[in-house]
Amino acid sequence: MIGLLVRRNLLFILMSLEVMVNAAGLAFVVAGASHGQADGQVMFIFILAVAAAEVAVGLALVLLLYHRYRTLDVDMASQLRG
Amino acid sequence: MDWLFYIAGVVAVGATLMMLTRQNAVHALLYLIVSLLAVAVVFFVLGAPFAAALEVIIYAGAIMVLFIFVVMLLNVGPRAGELESAWLTPTVWAGPAVLAAILAGEIVYILSSPGLGIEPAAEIPPERVGLALYGPYLVAVELASMLLLGGLVGAYHLGREDRVRLETATHGVHTDVAGSDSGGDLVRAGSDRTAGAA
Repeated sequence: MIGLLVRRNLLFILMSLEVMVNAAGLAFVVAGASHGQADGQVMFIFILAVAAAEVAVGLALVLLLYHRYRTLDVDMASQLRG
Repeated sequence: MDWLFYIAGVVAVGATLMMLTRQNAVHALLYLIVSLLAVAVVFFVLGAPFAAALEVIIYAGAIMVLFIFVVMLLNVGPRAGELESAWLTPTVWAGPAVLAAILAGEIVYILSSPGLGIEPAAEIPPERVGLALYGPYLVAVELASMLLLGGLVGAYHLGREDRVRLETATHGVHTDVAGSDSGGDLVRAGSDRTAGAA
């Protein structure tokens, strides 16, 4: 979360998002392990699918932004008008 | 074994902090991969071997490879070679290598001492995960497949729009000089393309 707030490089923001999603998955697996249920790992698999879809679209957007602005600074992309 | 969990946890937190404070994307990616491997070891010690395998294969394998692809795509050009050699000096990969060696030592210790890593009662085998996944969670699996299809179509659409923009740029009908006009307008991009083709 700190990385998401502090860094202005879009690639680092995506990496921080991965860390946060991973933390959510870790919490699910730990909860499932402490209760002895398999549901935690099932939710981890779903989180994995969400992270894969998110990173595919996010990295395509990173490439688009870089080709347009020649930078990865997200402050440059503050004007979204089509 | 508690100390395996604690060592892997410390490695994960340390690698993530190092990732957040790097300036270079490739250095941060090295630490992020080590962090994901450490979380995989934590999963294994917690008795979730299937989640650990998925973490290594999908996260540290597939998703990180996507990141590395994008980093390499953003740095194409004549300077890419010297940049690459400048990125991988020994002082850069020494930190991730040490952390990964700690994790490898843990794995070797677990494998060399059977029954020491996790107690069998706490372990949730992949069979139970599979039964739960295709039993009560069947609808969620279908929804996840829909989400992945959406992600696939979205990424393909974004990449395709990028190629249209590049085509118009090379054909000289591209007016996106400052990069701030409506070059991303889908309707206009499509009409440009069809007009150029006709």
